[in-house]
Amino acid sequence: MLLGAVAGLGRGVLDALTQLGRAHLLLGGILRGSGEVLRHPRLLGEQVFNIGVLSLLIVCVSGLFVGMVLGLQGYYVLAQFGAEESLGVMVAASLVRELGPVVAALLVAGRAGSALTAEIGLMKATEQLSGLEMMAVDPVRRILTPRFYGGVIAMPILAAIFSAVGVIGGYFVAVGLLGVDEGAFWSQMQAKIDFSDDVVNGVVKSLVFGVVVTWIALFQGYNTVPTSIGVSRSTTRSVVHSALVVLGLDFVLTALMFGD
Amino acid sequence: MAHQIQYQTMARRGSGARHSVREQGVGSEEHPHPTPQVPTCLAASETDRVREPAPSGPAPEDAPIVRIRGLSYRRGSLVIFEDLDLDIRRGAVTAVMGPSGTGKTTLLKLITGQLQPDAGSIEVDGLEVRRLDKAELCRLRRRMGMLFQANALLTDLSVFDNVAYPLREHTRLSPTLLRKLVLMKLEAVGLRGARDLMPSELSGGMARRVALARAIALDPMMILYDEPFTGQDPISMGMLIQLIRQLNDAVGLTSIVVSHDVRETAGIADYLYVIAQGRIVARGTPAEIAEDRSDWVRQFMDGLPDGPVHFHYPAPPLDQDLRLRGAA
Amino acid sequence: MAKRQNVELMVGVFMALGIVALFFLAMKVSNLNLSAGGDGYQLTARFANVGSLKVRSPVTMAGVRIGRVEAVRFDKATYEAVVSMRIDAEVDSIPEDTFANIFTSGLLGEQYVGLEPGGSQDFLRDGGEIANTQSALVLEQMIGQFLFKKAGESG
Repeated sequence: MLLGAVAGLGRGVLDALTQLGRAHLLLGGILRGSGEVLRHPRLLGEQVFNIGVLSLLIVCVSGLFVGMVLGLQGYYVLAQFGAEESLGVMVAASLVRELGPVVAALLVAGRAGSALTAEIGLMKATEQLSGLEMMAVDPVRRILTPRFYGGVIAMPILAAIFSAVGVIGGYFVAVGLLGVDEGAFWSQMQAKIDFSDDVVNGVVKSLVFGVVVTWIALFQGYNTVPTSIGVSRSTTRSVVHSALVVLGLDFVLTALMFGD
Repeated sequence: MAHQIQYQTMARRGSGARHSVREQGVGSEEHPHPTPQVPTCLAASETDRVREPAPSGPAPEDAPIVRIRGLSYRRGSLVIFEDLDLDIRRGAVTAVMGPSGTGKTTLLKLITGQLQPDAGSIEVDGLEVRRLDKAELCRLRRRMGMLFQANALLTDLSVFDNVAYPLREHTRLSPTLLRKLVLMKLEAVGLRGARDLMPSELSGGMARRVALARAIALDPMMILYDEPFTGQDPISMGMLIQLIRQLNDAVGLTSIVVSHDVRETAGIADYLYVIAQGRIVARGTPAEIAEDRSDWVRQFMDGLPDGPVHFHYPAPPLDQDLRLRGAA
Repeated sequence: MAKRQNVELMVGVFMALGIVALFFLAMKVSNLNLSAGGDGYQLTARFANVGSLKVRSPVTMAGVRIGRVEAVRFDKATYEAVVSMRIDAEVDSIPEDTFANIFTSGLLGEQYVGLEPGGSQDFLRDGGEIANTQSALVLEQMIGQFLFKKAGESG
């Protein structure tokens, strides 16, 4: 009984390590195929379209609402200290440093990551990947690498758009709705938000998230059990794993970047 | 894990010693093995069977295009193949038949190097598949076409682009020449008019013929058909049978058909292998197989509901099962 | 063909939007000063107490930001705080006898270094040190002194 539990635990750990190793080997394969992207820029363009452009609407709408909520909530807290002018700082700092990269990554994981996993998984289930292999075409290079770089390129752009739209949403609420002084809103923001520390770090964060989210999505798709249940499970796993890893990594990155 | 890898390498080193053949008489002398034939490893010699020395065989041109010797393959603890020997003759249609789940598709994947055997050797056109590096394997695969069970057409490309895909990947043809070639391939399968359709707009039979056109796009020396007849209506079945035979005879291809559709397969094959439980249970021309009296072959070929393979999945006696449940 | 051009156009629009968003974040939200950053020159000043002065706190002159605090470290020989500041390159005429104070913006606001120019004709160069400094005012000390004085007056 106890022995069985220990054996089960050991097997679980071994399985997890095997998966981890497999994921890294796949990433190695994807990166080795980088030259392919330069040779076929059109493939990359299609993936930037699939991952970036198709996620644009949801990112813009979410960004607008998140910014508006931040403006509203922030106002109630700051008004107690008579510091409504700092609303711009609060909105912009939260968006640029945290919410932009993180929420954009979560949205992309849900919108584009799951689609990537399902697409690759179905390609595997319908033997399209084997078919490519039999045509002496490496499916990792031809199918996965362009998608990987598409995600890595699209993510920081989506995060930047999310933050920018969010700041505008916060501006509408603060200045338009709550009557915060427009000049103070912008000038305090500009005085406190630093380009290299805040904006660049936010972009670096979203780049890391872009790598992680697309990597997880592609790995789950490539590693799927080629049945309909298998594909649906991998799709779920892709979103869940991406969300957990993004939030965990965000903590680590924040501690590294903003901790003095 | 480490143990398994060690076992594999030892078996690989020792595999040179297994190159003896019983019936065909193709000696290993004609195909000198790259590694010295010293079965010094204990593990390898343990798994080795003692065989009679190989008689000297015919000239290499007559050598089979695919030579499988002592092939073993396991998936986890499940044994798929155990010490399998199999030859595919050049220019012939060879069928590998057997019930579902006997690893027929696995066999094709082993031949094309998509899977690695646990032991034994697989030679394709004189090349030991497991020993090839990535580039060599690619070069070999360009000379092999494969028709997949699910057709494996790229869903986001049109029929034309699907057939053009391997040509675009591996050749530097001018667009006009490429167009001509693709149209000729499509003409061969009778679908020149369907070139602008997307795979989702094709019927099952048409999709299979497009996949076939793609498989022959690079003029391979050999085509592997994975269950070509499943899910086909009688008309497209007839078309496919005719196509497989025509392609084989007109272009001098070698064909391997893996199937459990007995009548259709036996109808076009020059030579048949029947495999079950990881072993070859019968081999020969369709006529010879038809004469085979063994129970198993008769049950499989004639589709009898009961025989060596039972209708019932193994279970305790029915009355015992029922009584037990009643008592509980 | 039409579809492919559409994809290219949309990707182009997408990238342009991204650049616009980044530009917005840089200029409107964070007021990116292109001359700032690694440029400028370094000055140091020693304080008996820096209060809650932090790295990146502003360095101002006449209320205008002319640089930022780069590092705050402790000198164990003199028991003083050594503050390194990076001053914008165009502000190249800070007199040698300039006075450095640590001020607080507002009652509870953050602390910054305020420079008051002296009358010297010699200017500080890269690596120079501001000799005249006044420490941060710590609120508790101020209140303590105030109460002590009041007590003295009444007593």
